[in-house]
Amino acid sequence: MDGMLFQLFVYLCAAVVAVPIAKRLGLGSVLGYLIAGIIIGPALGLVGDETSEIRHFAELGVVMMLFLIGLELDPSTLWQMRARLLGMGGLQVALSALLIAAAALILGADWRLALAVGLIFSLSSTAIVMQTLSEKGLAGTQGGRSSFSVLLFQDIALVPLLAVLPLLASPELMLINADALAHAPTAANAVAQVEEMSLVAGLPGWAHGLVVLGAIAAILFGGYFLSRPLLRFVAESRLREIFTATVLLLVVGIALLMTLVDLSPALGTFIAGVILANSEFRHELESDIEPFKGILLGLFFITVGAGIDVEILFGDFATVLGLTLGVILLKGCVLFGLARLFRLKTPDRWLFTLGLAQAGEFGFVLLNFSMANSVIATEDAKLLSLVVALSMLLTPALFVIYDKLIQPHRSRMEPAEADEIDEQGPVIIAGIGRFGQIVNRLLIASGVRTVVLDHEAAQIETQHRFGIKSFFGDATRPDLLHAAGIEDAQLLIVAIDDRDRAVQLVEYVKRRYPSVKVLARAFDMNHLYLLRKAGADVALREVFDASLRLGAEALKELGMHPFKVEKMARAFRRHDEAGLDQLYELWDEHPDVSRNRAIMARAREHRETLAQLMETDRLQLHDRTERGWTPPPTGAQE
Amino acid sequence: MTSEPRRATDTDPPRTWERRILVLYAHPSPDRSEVNRHLADAAIRTQGVTLVDLYGEYPDYGIDVDREQARLRAHEVIVFLHPLYWYSTPAILKEWQDLALEHGFAYGTEGTALHGKIFFSALTAGGPELAYRAEGFHHFGIRELLNPLEQTAHLCGMVYLPPFALFSARTALEEGRLETHIADWVTLLKALRDDRLDISHAQKLRMLNAELPSLIRED
Repeated sequence: MDGMLFQLFVYLCAAVVAVPIAKRLGLGSVLGYLIAGIIIGPALGLVGDETSEIRHFAELGVVMMLFLIGLELDPSTLWQMRARLLGMGGLQVALSALLIAAAALILGADWRLALAVGLIFSLSSTAIVMQTLSEKGLAGTQGGRSSFSVLLFQDIALVPLLAVLPLLASPELMLINADALAHAPTAANAVAQVEEMSLVAGLPGWAHGLVVLGAIAAILFGGYFLSRPLLRFVAESRLREIFTATVLLLVVGIALLMTLVDLSPALGTFIAGVILANSEFRHELESDIEPFKGILLGLFFITVGAGIDVEILFGDFATVLGLTLGVILLKGCVLFGLARLFRLKTPDRWLFTLGLAQAGEFGFVLLNFSMANSVIATEDAKLLSLVVALSMLLTPALFVIYDKLIQPHRSRMEPAEADEIDEQGPVIIAGIGRFGQIVNRLLIASGVRTVVLDHEAAQIETQHRFGIKSFFGDATRPDLLHAAGIEDAQLLIVAIDDRDRAVQLVEYVKRRYPSVKVLARAFDMNHLYLLRKAGADVALREVFDASLRLGAEALKELGMHPFKVEKMARAFRRHDEAGLDQLYELWDEHPDVSRNRAIMARAREHRETLAQLMETDRLQLHDRTERGWTPPPTGAQE
Repeated sequence: MTSEPRRATDTDPPRTWERRILVLYAHPSPDRSEVNRHLADAAIRTQGVTLVDLYGEYPDYGIDVDREQARLRAHEVIVFLHPLYWYSTPAILKEWQDLALEHGFAYGTEGTALHGKIFFSALTAGGPELAYRAEGFHHFGIRELLNPLEQTAHLCGMVYLPPFALFSARTALEEGRLETHIADWVTLLKALRDDRLDISHAQKLRMLNAELPSLIRED
C-alpha cells in the first residue's frame, strides 16, 4: 500500500509540476508529461521497473481517447472520410513500411527483420498527435483531419499486422527461444499466461477470422440494441456515479474483448463510440469519460518518458539518435509526398508531415509482440523501443517548429478558409419540456442547428420518437455544457423547470462564457428579475404571451374589431414592458415582493396609468394609446 | 448590417454637418435584396446619415409614432430607400406615412415640423428605363408615378426632389452597373449633407441621377 501511494504521489507530483510549466513555455502538455517522466525515471530514479506495467494500464487512456473520437464521428461522417482514410492511410503505411524496410536492408538486416521493423515504424502516435492537435485547436483543419484519417487507418491496420508479424519470425531466434523456454520455466509460465487470456490462440486461420468477426459483430449489435436501454435504465436511477461506472464498464469491457481476440482495443472502442455518436447519451458519455482519459493519457506519456533506458541510450547514443532521425526523415518524406498528392495546402501539408513523422505507442506493443514471436532479438527490441520513445519525445518539438515557423503564415496564405469560419456554433437548448420544445421546433424549422439537453430520459425518448436530436444530461453541469459545445455556442436557451438552477445556470454561463448570449424562460416577475440580474440577455415570462392572446381573443368575442384589439394588445404589451423596466430599478432580491413597499406603490401607480390610457382611448377620438391612424379633425383642411 | 440596432443618437445626431440625413429603408426581405441592401450599407457608412431599417425595427408594423416624429425633427433631409412595388413604396413605408405624418405635426395649421426639409425617394425598378414613359409598357414616367409622394411632400411643406432611381435593377449586378450606382448614391448623400447640391436645378429634373455631376458644386 505504502509503495503504491508513493508511486502515485511521485507520478502526480511530476505531472503537476512539469505540465503547467511546459504549457506556459508553449511546449504543450504532451512534452510536459514526457519531461516529467524523464525526470522521475532515468534522471532521479524514483520509479523503476513497474513503468512498463503502468504503461500497459495507462494505454486505457488511448483507448478512451479513441472512444471519445468515435463519439464525435457519426457513421455518415466516417463514410465521407473513406477516400482519405483508405487512400492516404493505406499509402502512408505501405510506403513508410517499404522505405524503412529498404533502409534496414541497407544497414544489413535480414529481410524478415527489415520488413517487421518497417511495418512497426510505419505507425504513428495517435495519443500524442490527437492530444496535441485538439489542444492547439488544429483538429478541424485540413491537415488535422487528414492526420486523423491516417491514424485511424493505422489503428485498423494493427489487426492484419498482428497476424502478419509472426510469419516473419527468424529461424535462428526461434531456436534460441525454444531453448530458453525449455530451460526457464518462469518464461514458459508467462507465455502460458498470455495464452490463457486469449480466445484465438492456437486456432486455425479461418476460425480466428470467425472469432474476430464475431467480436466485432457483438460490439455492433450491443452498441445498437443493448447499450441504449442499459444506459437509459441506469440513467433513470439518477445515480451519477453509477452512470459513470457503467460507461467505464462499457469501455473496459470492449477493450478486454478486443484484447482477447487479438484486436486493437482502441479500434473496438472507436467503433463503439461511432455507434453511440447518434445516441442521446453522447454528451453525458463524453463528459464522464473525459477526465479519466485525460489522466490516463497523461500517465501514459509519463511512462514513455520514464521508460527510457539510459544505459542503452548513452551506451549507444549515436546509433539511437541516428536511427530516430532516420525514421522521422523517411516517414516525413512519405508524408510530405502524400500531402502533395492529396493537394493539402501549404500549412496543412507541414502540419501533416511534422505531426505524423514519429513512431507510435503501438510500436511498443508490436515490439514486445515481435520479441515474443521470435521476430526480433531482445537486444534489438530494446534499442528499437528507445527509438520509438525518442521519436515520440521529439514530436512536440516538431509541433513547436510548426507553431513558430508555419502557423504564423497561415492567415496570410489562406485568407478565406470558408468552411472553417462559416461553421456557426450551435444553439444549446437546456430543457425540452413544453416550453423548450416549441423553441426548438421553430429554430429547427428555420434551419438552425440546435443541441438539446434534458435530464429526463423519458422526455428525450419522446423527442427521439419525433425525430428530434436531443441528449440526456443535466444542463447545469459544467462538463456537460462543455461537451455540448458551449465554448462555440452562439446562444444558450434556458428552459429548465427548476427556477433556482435556471438562475445558477445563467449566472455561470454569463460569467464563464460572456460571449454566449443567454435567453431564458422566466416563471414570474421575480424570477425574471433574478434572471436579468444573473445576466440573461433576454428573459421572458412564460405565460405572458399566451395570456395576452387569450385576452385579445376575449375582446374579439365581445365584438371588438380584430385590428382594434390587435392595437390594444400591443399598447398593453408596451405599457407592461415599460412597467417591468421601471420596477426593476426598485427591485431587490427580497424574496417577498409584496413587502417591498416602493415596488408595490410603483406597481399600483403603473396599473392606474394603464387604466387611464385605455379610458382616454375609449373616450377621445384622437387617441394616444394605440397611436394607429388617426383622422384629422373635421374641417381642418385648407 | 442593415438591421443594425437603433443607435442612441437616432433622434439627436450631432449637428456637425450642414444637413443631417434620415434614410428610411424598407425592404421586406433584405437577405434577398441585390441592390437596396448595398445602398443601405453604404448609407450606414456615410457620416451624417442615419439609416432606419423599418422592417427590422417594426417587424409587426407597430410603428412608434413618437420615435419616428423625433427622428424627423432631428434631420433636415428625409429619404425613402426602397424597391418600387406596384408603382409605390412597400407597405411599411405607407404605414409609416399614415402614422408618422400626423395632423398637427406634419400638416394642418399647427403642423409645421417638416417645413423646409428636403424629401426624395431612392428606388429600384425591375423594368427598363424605356418602359417608364407614355408610349412604354408602364405608360407613365417615374416622376409622374410618384406624384402622390410629391404632393405629400408639398402638403407637409417640404422641398421635393425627383427620385434617385435604378432601372433594370434585377440585372444591375451581373451587368456591372451596381458599383457606379452605389458610388453615385454616396456622392449624392455627401453633396446633400454638405450643401453642395444645386437644389433648385435638381427640382426640375426627371431623375436625380441623370445629371448628377452637373448638380454638384465642388468646394
